[in-house]
Amino acid sequence: MDEKYSVKSRFGKYGGQYVPETLMQALGELEEEYEKAIKDKDFVDEYKYYLKEYSGRPTPLYYAKNLSEKLGGGKIYLKREDLNHTGAHKINNVIGQVLLAMRMGKKRIIAETGAGQHGVATATICAMFDLDCEVYMGAEDVERQALNVFKMEMLGAKVIPVTSGTSTLKDATNEAIRDWVSNVKDTYYVIGSVVGPHPYPAMVRDFQRIIGDEAKEQILKLEGRMPDYLVACVGGGSNAMGLFYPFVDEQNVKIIGVEAAGQGIYTNKHAASITKGSVGIIHGMMTYLLQDDYGQILPAHSISAGLDYPGIGPEHAFLHDSGRAEYVSVTDDEALAAFQMLSRVEGIIPALESSHALAYLIKMAPTTRKEDIIIVNLSGRGDKDMEQVAKILKEKNNEK
Amino acid sequence: MKSKITKKFEELKKFDKRALITYITAGDPDIKDTEKLIYAMERAGADIVELGIPYSDPLADGPVIQRAAQRALKKNVNIDDIFDMVKEVRKNTQLPLAFLMYYNSILRYGINKFIEKCKDVGMDGLIVADLPLEERKEFKDLLKNTGVDLIPLVAPTSRERIKMIVEDASGFIYCVSSLGVTGTRSSFSTELKDFMDLVRSYTDVPTAIGFGISGTEAIRELKDYSDGLIVGSAIIKKIEEGLEYGTHLEKVEEFVKELKSAFK
Repeated sequence: MDEKYSVKSRFGKYGGQYVPETLMQALGELEEEYEKAIKDKDFVDEYKYYLKEYSGRPTPLYYAKNLSEKLGGGKIYLKREDLNHTGAHKINNVIGQVLLAMRMGKKRIIAETGAGQHGVATATICAMFDLDCEVYMGAEDVERQALNVFKMEMLGAKVIPVTSGTSTLKDATNEAIRDWVSNVKDTYYVIGSVVGPHPYPAMVRDFQRIIGDEAKEQILKLEGRMPDYLVACVGGGSNAMGLFYPFVDEQNVKIIGVEAAGQGIYTNKHAASITKGSVGIIHGMMTYLLQDDYGQILPAHSISAGLDYPGIGPEHAFLHDSGRAEYVSVTDDEALAAFQMLSRVEGIIPALESSHALAYLIKMAPTTRKEDIIIVNLSGRGDKDMEQVAKILKEKNNEK
Repeated sequence: MKSKITKKFEELKKFDKRALITYITAGDPDIKDTEKLIYAMERAGADIVELGIPYSDPLADGPVIQRAAQRALKKNVNIDDIFDMVKEVRKNTQLPLAFLMYYNSILRYGINKFIEKCKDVGMDGLIVADLPLEERKEFKDLLKNTGVDLIPLVAPTSRERIKMIVEDASGFIYCVSSLGVTGTRSSFSTELKDFMDLVRSYTDVPTAIGFGISGTEAIRELKDYSDGLIVGSAIIKKIEEGLEYGTHLEKVEEFVKELKSAFK
């Protein structure tokens, strides 16, 4: 476990294990098994084998020449997580956790999903390893993301629509935790981001740090030095944490997390937990979240379902407070413009989530020097978003 | 300082009786009726009443109590309203009262301010569903000598943790009957008795079993396992049944009477 943090289960004051007593034994077992596994060469080799042979890693660190020239600042590199099997970084974590589940002898896998990317990745790996898989998904998202629901079902998973609370990702997560409380003996819960009770935030980060480890090696090879900036979008924050973590001790690398400002941070329709939230507890962890004066958790909003989450991983909360990372936000409209720009300029259609990182890049890059190096995490591809974007663009055209 | 909860268990023990602990969510269907429901349940024989603080994300609760919380939240019931209501209740009865809640409600209110308010209005116990042993130290220390019990939860999965969880507990030990969230169960595992024996081996503080107790049959089955039994979702269902015709108060009172009679 990392020595940067004083208490094992926390990042500064953030993190912890605010869950029902029934789960505490299971979290203890998980932590113990995970710590053994990560030190076991066979386990690590197997994890790396599937990353390489099944998901197609390492992903390229692509020099986006056209975009760099267009924005007129530093050199922009894109970490191509969109080229992973299933189209996003999510699979890195799922491979790790499902291998761990099998090591622990658990036969049934459950997961939560918002847009469906984590659900599809989990269903995919469960299909390969022939495990039972059930995915909790907010009823509203089931409707919005019909294609991903069909994919999960095609892969043999059962999708359970969640109608409690606000019928979105936060409620799907609650429901998955409730399932785990009920079936803790034979069930493994694969959390999809760097959130939840300890040890999940640290474990998911460790399974995602491959992004940053590769990027570091690649940039040293390509440029012979560390980058000046890292930029990644943050919902729960797993793609960002994966990229950031290996660079946290490189003090000259500026780290920037981009939250979803939805319709604007001065409206009540956004998902900017750090920018506009306050400290509290959600899904078993202490972190920044969107809540009212009495601690009721407020619904988040973003054009991107993957960022539509009212909390944020506790390690991000810590990086924010310590000043090591900076957290900014961009709106739905800015993300949409970035989505279109990258498609046109580089021939790469990014996910709406990743478009948030790109939208901030568009604002930031022109202020950087020509010799600066910027790495942006292109966390996923935009195929899943085409229908939604087409619809929004049509509406916008009609307004004109 | 002995709390009213401790005194109640001592009194019952003298007559070799068990406690009937009933749960309702504060603000369901509204805050006025919550006050009336407390009196109705006391008349019907409840020994201790648990009041749920409605929360947007109740991780430990099943669908029935989730619905109750949603109804209360729709009425915009908040902790201040609930404190005011308890203050009124205290003018009329000394029935022991405990909150069942989630830690974020306390954090957001301000830990010290919350404890002061509890003392001020005369709350006797706190059950915090998501504050396990590892996270409770600060809060527990602040509650010392306030006369407000922090009632710990133990679960069938707690095993070697039980000893530490029940250490210097006060009020009672909330024993979760089975895996899962709140809500009625059709049967209980044979391991429940062993679990209760294990809990008792570590503490003399009274024990109460909760989660899944649906009615008189379950009470007859479990009454000799512990010093008290907790009924929640089954009571909320009676509220739901009565809502349409406004008969929920009568329905609950009648049901609690039945529950009470099952202890005989």
